[in-house]
Amino acid sequence: MKNLKLYLPVIGFAVLAVFMWRGLYLDSRTLPSVLLDRPLPEFELRALETGDQLVSLEDLPDEPFILNIWGSYCLPCLQENPIFMAAREQGIIPIVGVNYKDTDDAAREWLDDNGNPFTLSIVDDTGRYGIDLGVYGAPETFIVDSQGVIRYKHIGVIDYQAWDDEIMPVIAAVQAEARS
Amino acid sequence: MMPMRVVSGFALIVMLTLVSLVSDEAQAAIDVYEFETVEQEQRFRDLSNEFRCPMCQNANLTSSPGGVAADLRREIYRMIMEGQTDQEIEAFMLARYGDFILYRPRLTMQTLLLWFGPLLFLLIGIWVAFTIMRRSGTESPGSGESLNADEEARLKKLLAQKNQDASDQA
Amino acid sequence: MIPELGNFSLILAFGLSILLGVIPMIGAARDNLLWMRLARPLTAGIFVFLSISLLILGYSFVTDDFSVAFVANHSNSALPIQYKMTAVWGGHEGSFLFWTWMLSGWMLAVTVFSKAMPDNFVARVLAIMGLICVGYTLFMLATSNPFDRVLPLPPADGADLNAALQDFAFIIHPPSLYMGYVGFSVVFAFAIAALISGRLDAAWARWCRPWANAAWAILTLGLSLGSWWAYYELGWGGWWAWDPVENPPLITWLLGAALIHSLAATEKRGVFKSWTVLLAIMAFASSLLGTFITRSGLLTSVHAFATDPTRGVYILGFLGLIIGGSLVLYAIRAPALKSEFGFGSWSREVFLLANNMILVVASAAILLGTLYPMVYQAISGGDLISVGPPYFNTIFVPLMGILVVLMAIGPISRWKKTSATYLRQQLTRVAIAAVVLGVAIPVVLTLEVPIAAIGTAVLALWVTFAMASDLWTKSGNKSTRLAGLKSLSLSYWGMQLAHFGFIMTMAGACLTSIYSIERSVLLQAGQSAELGNYTFVFNGTEPYQGPNFIADEASISVIRDEEFLFNLYAQKRLYTASGTPATHMGIDGRFFRDLFVSLGDPRAGGAWSMTLYVKPFVRWIWTGTIFIALGGILAVTDKRYRRYKVRRGEAVSVDSKQKTGDQTSAVSGGELTS
Repeated sequence: MKNLKLYLPVIGFAVLAVFMWRGLYLDSRTLPSVLLDRPLPEFELRALETGDQLVSLEDLPDEPFILNIWGSYCLPCLQENPIFMAAREQGIIPIVGVNYKDTDDAAREWLDDNGNPFTLSIVDDTGRYGIDLGVYGAPETFIVDSQGVIRYKHIGVIDYQAWDDEIMPVIAAVQAEARS
Repeated sequence: MMPMRVVSGFALIVMLTLVSLVSDEAQAAIDVYEFETVEQEQRFRDLSNEFRCPMCQNANLTSSPGGVAADLRREIYRMIMEGQTDQEIEAFMLARYGDFILYRPRLTMQTLLLWFGPLLFLLIGIWVAFTIMRRSGTESPGSGESLNADEEARLKKLLAQKNQDASDQA
Repeated sequence: MIPELGNFSLILAFGLSILLGVIPMIGAARDNLLWMRLARPLTAGIFVFLSISLLILGYSFVTDDFSVAFVANHSNSALPIQYKMTAVWGGHEGSFLFWTWMLSGWMLAVTVFSKAMPDNFVARVLAIMGLICVGYTLFMLATSNPFDRVLPLPPADGADLNAALQDFAFIIHPPSLYMGYVGFSVVFAFAIAALISGRLDAAWARWCRPWANAAWAILTLGLSLGSWWAYYELGWGGWWAWDPVENPPLITWLLGAALIHSLAATEKRGVFKSWTVLLAIMAFASSLLGTFITRSGLLTSVHAFATDPTRGVYILGFLGLIIGGSLVLYAIRAPALKSEFGFGSWSREVFLLANNMILVVASAAILLGTLYPMVYQAISGGDLISVGPPYFNTIFVPLMGILVVLMAIGPISRWKKTSATYLRQQLTRVAIAAVVLGVAIPVVLTLEVPIAAIGTAVLALWVTFAMASDLWTKSGNKSTRLAGLKSLSLSYWGMQLAHFGFIMTMAGACLTSIYSIERSVLLQAGQSAELGNYTFVFNGTEPYQGPNFIADEASISVIRDEEFLFNLYAQKRLYTASGTPATHMGIDGRFFRDLFVSLGDPRAGGAWSMTLYVKPFVRWIWTGTIFIALGGILAVTDKRYRRYKVRRGEAVSVDSKQKTGDQTSAVSGGELTS
């Protein structure tokens, strides 16, 4: 019995080591969104297309759509743009942009240069709506269903692989739900 | 886009580079707010220290130069000036960023071990210490005492001699 | 070609480490003197080849050889020469080489200062350190080679050393931190050698103590320098962030502190033997854990690091092998390490036990808080929580409070047993004086009843007075006080000094937390802002050209009671090669307070945002640690450790039952030769 006690340190260490090994493969930087399965927060903001006229939740599509947080300063957004452009051209799903902490001029120029995949570009120049969305940097991407409920959140750049493996299945699911 | 580095204490050594995802105009780590009372200003500082910057490696809102940290400080300021309580401000943060943003984890079933673990360690420590003390008392009975007295005498002699030598040297 | 020589040298060091890890170990087991004695030349060889490697890496930096990837990533042709040389430890690969070189330096020191120890013991100690060296060199060769090249197209210029690292503290902080950290591998090797041989007596403890003290003292300085650096470099007045990267060194420091106290009891009284060995293993394990957390990016990771867990897996494997193996060895061999002497309930042993208990509980609590988010995430399936300064302060401060209460009593108590009457007699006056003055001074100075400050003052005075009282008592048995003070051993002075330093650091930390004030303002040239008793007048900014940065330098005049005191100069820098902005504080540091200004950025109308700080007592934190380190060093220089050398022949046969007699003769023998 006494000798068994002496094995306690090595047992404790082994448990610790297993957790540390697991920890190596955990991504501790991607915050799970608390907003999942909650309705998209309310807003009253300008849109790039509407000038001074304010838009709100009612102006968003009635069908499932993607809400993409972007900015002209954001290099990864440049990488995502062709994917979103293709999605728009093929009519897969409407994409709403939230121009996050940017200036209107820079944003318009960026869209002119790189193509505009957005059906609507909401202007969140102060980052206030970003806070309501739990955003901590661009790009972040939400998938919203036809009821206006957030169903999925992707943090960081969406590349082709992420689009095919993560985004498309969710889109298919929420669109199927909307049809039924 | 301007690359920014977020450093904290010994992270200086390893210095993992974190590329900010936000525009460079948000770089100002120092923002200037006017408060009506000293208490408000103090609350602002305390609250900024209680929340973790959601974008950075490991920094609170005060020390983080990140863009979203500045935005969140602005929200804290707004809510303080609107007269909201600390609990309301915490609830605001929690509803948007989840438990990650609280540097002082909430006491839940899952954090029970975290909060009471140290107390548990202390109790175990005290128990172990007492066990050792008791055993040490019982394992050297009788004969141990006489040996101890003998030793003490030797120690006294030794100390005296040592002091003598030392003073000789001096 | 030259960098390949460095690589080759590293490979040679790796090969020699394997030989060192194997041959002397077998020699010690088979009693083959030749094989055992190979340990010293092999160690020297490892040191030489690692030195060549390190020098070559340094040479590549100085000559701007950007074909070496590590140089290209961490230097720039415009980087000042002192940073080029020290950029060797400015990144992962180079700092690991530097770390390994430090280990070989400690190994060399063991060969030099081990003349008094038996051959088989030295052989085992060096062999164990050799095995550690195998792990480190293999890690570099396999996953993080600092000599990797960018060929055939090397970049024209380097990416520059990180701006925050370009500071004097960067030249001295990593070396001291690493040296202290790595030093615990010596103590670890001693402990494992003791487990293998089953021989752990007073002589062993006496060999071990100077190494533990030295490593711990240097680690103290390393930690302190890091804290001081963070304070003035990061620009928001923080000196400890409870970051997952800085917690492991603190855990090592706490366990090291426990170890040197436990070693004292093991040497003097032959008690806590297996506990001492376990502490030595744990202290070293915590240093490896720190390496693991820092190098694998665990807990602090950004995506880029987390996606390549090779390094982490390697270090974890190494950790599992070395620490797991040691702990199994411990479990098997510890029953052989019987503690011999009993002690009474008010003895110094009991207070050392309590000290150890608190320090280990504090270490465990910090480890718990540091790793909890990871465990939580693993168990909950992805949910994240943060454990930060508010948690650690809540846990750590009360534990240190208990420690400080005991700190006054421990040194006064006697080995084996102390009469309660003696303690009462010694401590009653101390307690009364501490409470009276500890309450009176803060109340008189602040004209309030500041509870936290009173608590700090009472505890600090309690220890300080107890210390003074003990000095008075122990110096009283001589013809004059001076002679009495002189007769006290260097170990005793070291202990008192280190305890005093600890109290100073704790008091500084508490008081600065209570009384620091700060204010962020927007000022135009000529405008001023009040903070505390001071008026800060902004005189405007001027452009400033640094060697590899440009800056705006603000001049701020500090005025108190309508009297001009001095100017503070704060800079907002832009490092040109990397495009990284950085702030450079304007600081005026005095014994009782720091004033400092951190410059923000220009706003409309020529105004600048800036934060002003008044931080009372903050300097005590680092001043105290200097005393702690000096105390540790002073204890190393105690005659007792040198005395031992003259009697090496007999010591081998001494076992703990004869310890008291051994001590007597050791002292007299030593006195004869000195």
